[in-house]
Amino acid sequence: MMHSLLDMVPSILMMVAPILIAALGGLVSERSGVVNIALEGLMGIGAFSAATVHVLLEKSTDMSVWIALAVAMAAGLVISSIHALASVSLNADQVISGTGINLLATGGTVFLCEIIFHQERTEPFELGMMPGPGGVYPTAYIAIAVLLIVWYLLYRRPWGFRLRACGEHPQAAASAGIDVKRTRWIAVLISGALAGLAGASLVLTETIQYTMYTINGAGFIALAAVSFGRWTPKGVGGASLLFGSAVALAIYMVNITVLRFLPPEFFSILPYVITLVTLVVFSGKDYAPAAAGQPFEKGGS
Amino acid sequence: MTDSFPSAASVPAREWAVEMIGIRKVFPGIVANDNVTLRVKEREIHAILGENGAGKSTLMSVLFGLYSPDAGSIRVHGKEVRIRDPNDATARGIGMVHQHFKLVRPYTVSENIILGKEPRNFLGEVDFRAADRRIAELSDRYGLAVDPRARVESISVGMQQRAEILKILYRNADILIFDEPTAVLTPQEVDELMTILVRLRDEGKTVILITHKLREIKAVAERCTVLRRGRLVETVDVASTDESRLAEMMVGRAVDFNVAKKEGSFGDVVLSIRDIDVRASRGHLGVRRLSLDVRAGEILGIAGVDGNGQTELIEAITGLRPVEKGSIFMDGRDITRASIRSRARAGMGHVPEDRHRHGLVLDFRLDENLALRTFDRPPILRSRFFLDFKAMAERARALIAEYDIRSGSGPATKAKSMSGGNQQKAIIAREIDLSPRLLVVAQPTRGLDVGAIENIHRRIVAERDKGRAILLVSFELDEVLALCDRIAAISKGEIVGIVEARGVDERVIGAMMAGRSQTAGETAERPS
Amino acid sequence: MSEVSTAKGPRGGKALLDAFIGSNGALSVFVVLLGFACGTLIIMAVGRNPDGMYLALLQTLTGYNATSHVWNSRYVGEWLTASMPLILSGMSMGFAARTGLFNIGAEGQYIVGLTAAQFVALFFPPLVGLHWILAVAAGGLAAAFWGGFVGWLRAKYAVSEVVATIMLNYIAFFLSRYLTRLIPDANTYRTPSFPETALIPRGFLDELTNHSRLSVGIFVVLACVFIYWLVLERTKLGFELRATGLNRNAALYAGISVTRSFTTSMAIAGAFAGIAGAIVALGSFSYGRVLGGYDNYGFNGIAVALVGNSRAGGTLVSGLLFGMLASAQPLMQSRQIPKEITWIISGLVVVFVSLRAGFRLLVEWRAKVAAARGQASTGGDDA
Repeated sequence: MMHSLLDMVPSILMMVAPILIAALGGLVSERSGVVNIALEGLMGIGAFSAATVHVLLEKSTDMSVWIALAVAMAAGLVISSIHALASVSLNADQVISGTGINLLATGGTVFLCEIIFHQERTEPFELGMMPGPGGVYPTAYIAIAVLLIVWYLLYRRPWGFRLRACGEHPQAAASAGIDVKRTRWIAVLISGALAGLAGASLVLTETIQYTMYTINGAGFIALAAVSFGRWTPKGVGGASLLFGSAVALAIYMVNITVLRFLPPEFFSILPYVITLVTLVVFSGKDYAPAAAGQPFEKGGS
Repeated sequence: MTDSFPSAASVPAREWAVEMIGIRKVFPGIVANDNVTLRVKEREIHAILGENGAGKSTLMSVLFGLYSPDAGSIRVHGKEVRIRDPNDATARGIGMVHQHFKLVRPYTVSENIILGKEPRNFLGEVDFRAADRRIAELSDRYGLAVDPRARVESISVGMQQRAEILKILYRNADILIFDEPTAVLTPQEVDELMTILVRLRDEGKTVILITHKLREIKAVAERCTVLRRGRLVETVDVASTDESRLAEMMVGRAVDFNVAKKEGSFGDVVLSIRDIDVRASRGHLGVRRLSLDVRAGEILGIAGVDGNGQTELIEAITGLRPVEKGSIFMDGRDITRASIRSRARAGMGHVPEDRHRHGLVLDFRLDENLALRTFDRPPILRSRFFLDFKAMAERARALIAEYDIRSGSGPATKAKSMSGGNQQKAIIAREIDLSPRLLVVAQPTRGLDVGAIENIHRRIVAERDKGRAILLVSFELDEVLALCDRIAAISKGEIVGIVEARGVDERVIGAMMAGRSQTAGETAERPS
Repeated sequence: MSEVSTAKGPRGGKALLDAFIGSNGALSVFVVLLGFACGTLIIMAVGRNPDGMYLALLQTLTGYNATSHVWNSRYVGEWLTASMPLILSGMSMGFAARTGLFNIGAEGQYIVGLTAAQFVALFFPPLVGLHWILAVAAGGLAAAFWGGFVGWLRAKYAVSEVVATIMLNYIAFFLSRYLTRLIPDANTYRTPSFPETALIPRGFLDELTNHSRLSVGIFVVLACVFIYWLVLERTKLGFELRATGLNRNAALYAGISVTRSFTTSMAIAGAFAGIAGAIVALGSFSYGRVLGGYDNYGFNGIAVALVGNSRAGGTLVSGLLFGMLASAQPLMQSRQIPKEITWIISGLVVVFVSLRAGFRLLVEWRAKVAAARGQASTGGDDA
């Protein structure tokens, strides 16, 4: 039993990495005051971009995986600019514009699959990302690196210090001479890039192609990880670990003979149930950045 | 520091620190500043006086770069400048302490002060220790006592204000604008602030004080510019102008601050509060062991600075917040756990302190808002499920006529398009329409101009004369003194004392608001 | 119900712009047209002929095939059939939105309703006329609990209904699969056939629409639209829900119970989506399904509600519009247009609609200022 649990660690890390990366993106965005519900759609865009690029370049170069990751980040960044434009520049309702992007992403990616591959999914690639020593995928290291970078930026650099102020009290930041809209724009773009990276990580490690069902709620689980993690990098790390483990557990529980009598659906719903339960048990909206979700309008004193 | 500013000691004659000449600022439909000229001398404490909506905040926002003027010019220390944004203003040595503090609550005092101008170490990271040190230096130099490491969410209002002042001193401001700084302070803290203003002036700073408090102007200002409806009335020498003349200039006619009030005839106790404890949102006890009685036909005022439990007390009385210990009785009936609706039915009306947050559904029509308390009863409730909208409109028309509520399209007007004064009239009309035995009124005249204030004061006294019991909570001591029969002072959630309003000394109440109950022979101590 | 700005006076173009921005209907139309325009551009950008899309849409709406010049009312029937669940899903989200809640759980509520209806269809006594009605009602009821639960969670524990409903969408999907497979003689994708009495009858509509799948469920839908309007605009409950949605604090102050409002609102919202699921289950299929994927009516309902501005009439029209887009998909495929273009148009429409909030703020501000202007010129209003 112990042996198989240890064997599961690389798989757990594989599942955790995309959730963590996306959640860190969501964290940066929310700390600046913008709720980014579009993480799910942006992950889809990243996954689609990565799968497409990789399958097309696979034969020509060894670097295709890394190129795919880069392209995915770029794609996420570009599409998230729509959300930034709508919610930061034009003061749109952030939840609505985020939902719109989710719908757009689902439709757009499948649409492009039809155009490029003449089917509703990408062509399966032969080999995705290769695991490193111990069976641990590079995405796990990437995720940890992103975690450390985000922590450093938010708490040690002036940029992060100001960004957090924008999320708590944008009027105070503005009166201190900080360009709130620009800061939020950058935060949203970062969350888009990270979400794209997360989607790419997911598709290149966990599966062989992109379909409409590839992301399947991982973006929303990442969102839940942000609030469960109390909007701190450390908390988000822990929350992502928990949720990622639930997803991994769902897949690998089938191997544990003791639990084989349970229907497969039980394991499928496990991560979602756990997410829901943690949201209820650890409900604490007092920890959210005070101005998250509210459009910023310039005013007098 | 501006490049041409000489040190305070060497300036031979008094020159102008700030000149705003012919300033015009227009918003769609409103001329906020109409050809206003303001001149402030170096090292002067200059007051800008005007009612709500007179244009004082707009004028200073133009100076601070929050708005750009449509016409006119600005000179700072004799040099003509264009101030495009707050960064520009700060670079020119202009700083503004806002009425509503712009402090990031989870950040410490020192973090708030350095925000936007952070000291860096050699790696380019924020140097928080250096920040703490610098703040301590500034605080000593100007006598502004703060704890740099304390989080803003846990410090007093007075310290928050000092942090705001340090914010602009940290950026080397020598022209300091204060926007209604005393609205949130106890009388003692107001005195402290006045002392600070004088100290700043003595250290070579120029102070511009935006206020409508005549007493403060008389206390520290040298000259005063009066604005009315966007226009300059006059700039006067404060020492030679008395308060009533200032008031007259501010309003445009002679103002009688005394509300004509006849002798009260008090009946039975309507509201009886016995030893209640109420927990505040943050978890501490907002109200402790509080007891109070309000009689029919009297106005009992609760005087105190915002944040001393008034909100929790009102919420407990009206049913918005549970009472942890103790009881509340109305006409002898225990209503401690009664629902909000049953309290309304028992005869409790409530004019809430924030009319936009609690008092009105701004997107509803006027008649819907007027029915907010009566929609669950006939005649507006028709059968078990349905509402009679005709009856609603009819009742609204009656109330509009009786209370002279000015509204663009009658009952169908959207509440958000009505003026503050009329919104307040509507709320009061709605509550009085309940024929309440008790009216709980909080901050009834916040943000209203003098005309509206007079109207509402008269209405409150009229209801008192009809025999209603009225509990009035206000942060404006003047209002409390003018209207009330008895005054209870609240401090840190406890009633410190209750006095008859007639002939009371304001300082007595001020002392009680600061927590010191008056017993004979007690001398004043410096608060911590 | 459109709100026209109070700006008066013949300021020509400016006044027209104000009226346009103030009118929700006009904005919705504009946004939809914009979405179509972008869709057209995208199709052209990938080298296909956009005519295909418009011809397909024409055929869907009228039954007229412009290429072969043949009329076939079956397309119209299919259009209405596709619109039914969209209208209901739109009302599901719209009803909750009027209370201030963002219900994106219509998909899960739909699934719950569908599953419950299937069970009642198979296990209840086959009473003529009553059977299918009971099944639809059961679908609504079951989904009402699924939705009400979220409302309660939101009121009691401040759990974001956005994330909660999404989780419940997935949970509903897998639960449905599990429970449906438990039915005796069910295989991996279907159950035994329903008894005749459980199917929603077609009646005269069958003849009228040339044997399309349109059923009398359309009348159920219309009844729901009426109920939506009636409850929100004419009842005490609706008054409370609207007040809660517009200003939760003022509603509290007025003694309205937020817990009850949220729970009831989400329950009714869930019921609408559940009825949609039941109507699809018993109107378009003759056997129970073990769901292999999402029907996506719930998700598309989001766009429907946003375009319809959460009003009864608007949602009806909007649902018909998106129903047209959906049922035109096979026609589009046959004309070389990838059917996902409808998803893209939906997504764009939602994004554009989100900008409406920005327009709204502009309109309100101008109204307030116009009122102030009126007072300033009459020399004060409160003396």
